[in-house]
Amino acid sequence: MNASSSANAPCGPEEGETPSLQGPTADMIDWTPVCSLDALIPDVGVRALVGEEQVALFRLSGLGEVFAIDAFDPFSKAPVLSRGIVGDLNGQLVVASPIFKQHFNLETGSCLEDAAMSVRTYQTRVVAGRVEIASGLSRGNGEGR
Amino acid sequence: MDLPSGQSSVADHQVVVVGNGMVGHRFVELAADIPGVGVTVFGEEPRGAYDRVHLSEYFAGTSADDLALGTPPEAATVHIGEGVQEIDRDAKTVTTTQGRIVEYDTLVLATGSYPFVPPIEGRDRPHCHPYRTIEDLDGIQASGVGGAVGVVVGGGLLGLEAANALKNMGLATHVVEFAPGLMGTQLDDGGGTMLRGMVKKLGVEVHTGKNTLRIVDGESSRHRMEFADDTALETDLVVFSAGIRPRDELARDAGLEVGERGGIVIDEGCRTSDPNILAIGECALYDGRIFGLVAPGYEMAKVAAAGLAQDDSVAFRGADMSTKLKLLGVDVASIGDAHGRSRGASTYTYIDERERVYKRIVVNKTGKKLLGAVLVGDTADYGMLLQTMRSELTLPKHPDALILPRRDGGGMPAGAVDSLPDEAQICSCHDVSKGAIVAAVCEGATTLGAVRSCTKAATGCGGCAPLVTQVLNAELERQGVEINTDLCEHFPHTRQELYHLVRARGITTFAELIEKHGRGRGCDICKPAAASIFAACWNDHVLRPKHAPLQDTNDHFLANMQKNGTYSIVPRVAGGEITPDKLIALGQVAKKYDLYTKITGGQRIDLFGAQVHELPLIWRELIDAGFETGHAYGKAVRTVKSCVGSTWCRYGVLDSVGMAIHIENRYKGLRAPHKLKFAVSGCTRECAEAQSKDVGVIATEIGWNLYVCGNGGMRPRHADLFATGLDDATLIQLIDRFLMFYVRTADRLQRTSVWMENLEGGLDYLKSVVIDDSLGLAAGLEAEMAHVIDTYKCEWKAAIEDEEKLQRFRTFVNSNRTDDSLVFVRERGQRRPAFADELAVEV
Repeated sequence: MNASSSANAPCGPEEGETPSLQGPTADMIDWTPVCSLDALIPDVGVRALVGEEQVALFRLSGLGEVFAIDAFDPFSKAPVLSRGIVGDLNGQLVVASPIFKQHFNLETGSCLEDAAMSVRTYQTRVVAGRVEIASGLSRGNGEGR
Repeated sequence: MDLPSGQSSVADHQVVVVGNGMVGHRFVELAADIPGVGVTVFGEEPRGAYDRVHLSEYFAGTSADDLALGTPPEAATVHIGEGVQEIDRDAKTVTTTQGRIVEYDTLVLATGSYPFVPPIEGRDRPHCHPYRTIEDLDGIQASGVGGAVGVVVGGGLLGLEAANALKNMGLATHVVEFAPGLMGTQLDDGGGTMLRGMVKKLGVEVHTGKNTLRIVDGESSRHRMEFADDTALETDLVVFSAGIRPRDELARDAGLEVGERGGIVIDEGCRTSDPNILAIGECALYDGRIFGLVAPGYEMAKVAAAGLAQDDSVAFRGADMSTKLKLLGVDVASIGDAHGRSRGASTYTYIDERERVYKRIVVNKTGKKLLGAVLVGDTADYGMLLQTMRSELTLPKHPDALILPRRDGGGMPAGAVDSLPDEAQICSCHDVSKGAIVAAVCEGATTLGAVRSCTKAATGCGGCAPLVTQVLNAELERQGVEINTDLCEHFPHTRQELYHLVRARGITTFAELIEKHGRGRGCDICKPAAASIFAACWNDHVLRPKHAPLQDTNDHFLANMQKNGTYSIVPRVAGGEITPDKLIALGQVAKKYDLYTKITGGQRIDLFGAQVHELPLIWRELIDAGFETGHAYGKAVRTVKSCVGSTWCRYGVLDSVGMAIHIENRYKGLRAPHKLKFAVSGCTRECAEAQSKDVGVIATEIGWNLYVCGNGGMRPRHADLFATGLDDATLIQLIDRFLMFYVRTADRLQRTSVWMENLEGGLDYLKSVVIDDSLGLAAGLEAEMAHVIDTYKCEWKAAIEDEEKLQRFRTFVNSNRTDDSLVFVRERGQRRPAFADELAVEV
């Protein structure tokens, strides 16, 4: 993982109570509780409804943090990204779209195969074993739909 | 000029071809493209041109249509069932058997040959047949009915092929040969003796040095053959295959020059003594020789067509009669001067009586050049020896190295393929040179499969595959290319290597596999591959939580994701047989959940448009109605298509539906490198299209014929005939072994067709492993398959009975809402996903 993302990283359970963030401060963010951390099987994505947005959430084995990106795949225009296989390619954490197999960086939302395409990413944190997602504020400049 | 038909009036040069055999057909294909040339063909046989080389396969279930050589070019006019009976060279016309008179500018004689029937008394009795045409084969087949014994007169190449056909018809088979040995033209005494031993071991009796005097009424059989040595043989059927004679009567009657022992004399341009008349194929005599093989015939066709196009750069200067074939299951090859008759020649011979291998090479008097060779029992070196002779390569210091066993598994002697010139012909079926293969490699064909598809090399008989591989590897090595066969960046192994690691080390989790044998976290390439290997090795339920992250979404949710993110469901309908009650149940479920319903190509029913949370609800109802999962989502056994077979069909020979259901139930759930499709046809009419499947089974009078490695789809491939006349148990045993060998050794996402093409040694190698158990794997393969079959469970039944597994079937982790972003449109009474332009209107 690169330095800039770790500074901006969503927080693991250990430090979840006092998130330190650059840019917008924590109290400016509207956190929406989503589900318990236990509901996420490591390396298997789930889809969540945050307001009317469909968000794909991933917990990766060996990592405390939870990654959140837009569930809509910009190539197939279908809400499928939570159902892709996760892994790493050239050191980047990625999910592969189950429809046309493009890979999206879980931290930045950018598409590895097509630099012009990306998906929105969301900040997350874990508070008392529950996953919360920052609504109304996205971490990347996603090219969602 | 006065033209015989209005249709040809655009052409200013009329070519009439007499004879529509393989060589005539090839000539027509080439000549029809020449501008200004009109082609008219007369063929006396009652059907279009067909592949006579593979004629014996007709008995194995290959139909006359399969043997057909394709439709002639549109520009040519072909008269079938109409021969030519007279040539008028002065008027430049021919008179046909129907009395038609046709003018020609150039006449091409491609009249072929007729089978020589020795002048034996009684040769015209019923149930005595020559062996040349499809009609002859029909006659032989009819005579075989009700007979028990068959005799082939002639122990040459065609005679042994005929013997194989009789043996496959279930007759006690004898070969009677006048000469002292078998295949005397191609083999020396030692090779003939070895072949004879092997043929006898296969249950065919061989009688050499027998002069048949007469055929009379038999006592126990239809006929009695009496020989000059006062012995006799009882038989129900006699097939004459004692060589061929050129059909030169037309030429003879027209006053053209013919050879002393027959054959129309031609020059290097295939011209007869009348420059307006050409002769090609087996009727032609060049330099005192008849060329009774198809390759030289094709060469003559090429030369004749080039001459018509005013291209005299190609010429026919005779042909090498080297040949390699499989007779009665025995590999036999003959190269150049097989008998060592050249002046000063000396020979080296290797005989292995245990393995039944005979190899002999003939070298020139300096011992530096190869003149000929005979191979019986093992013809793997054929391509290498042929090139060594044709390219006049300098032999190694000890020429016997060419035929001695290379126990280190090496191929051609090091550097030998490098020393071949670019124009050396590697594939003789498709005339592909070493230079063409090297060029293909330079353009990016870095696998045998890629070289095959862009050059056609090794796609005919396949015998040159090892040589093509050597040229490929030598060129890659020369370019300094290290061939990367790694599965992906996480594993420096092929799928096959991973399979062996998993099985040998007893690895059951991806975490363990990647920790011990890989790096990183894995990806969407290696994770499903590992899941497939675990499933094939241990048959673990694919929904086990430890495997969940490895599965792509189809395997994860046991359904097929469609373009809008919803899923389709395909219950198993084994063999395509379904009761009315089950059909009604399917309809009721589809109606209740508003699923788009479509019949699949595999004789099943596909239900589209289900959301994740609906899948268990739908399956609970399907399971209650008696259905189980169809594995349409997996790289697994899909369907066994069948025709209705002997149960209902008037032509059915065996119960194809019963066999299809048996096969489908046996292999259902088997995970493989890619999907597997099967079919069973109840007769050779082949309504189930078994020859386009990975495993195809066709019923014949003598049992099941097994075809393997066919494919439909993007890259269609006709399946190869693998074994014939099988009983139920043997059929299943061979399929067990075949499937498990594929599962063990294929690459990820490699269908059986590509897998087989990439196996060094191709079909023959596959047969040796699966049928002859040459690697000693058979028992292990069968045991592994038995384990998979014994541990089969319907994955959907297991899923809906397990609360923990049901957890994953939620559309949203934090809401019970359904996905209302999905937009459907109704069309022809059903719903389908909206297209982008329709979405714009809806929103």
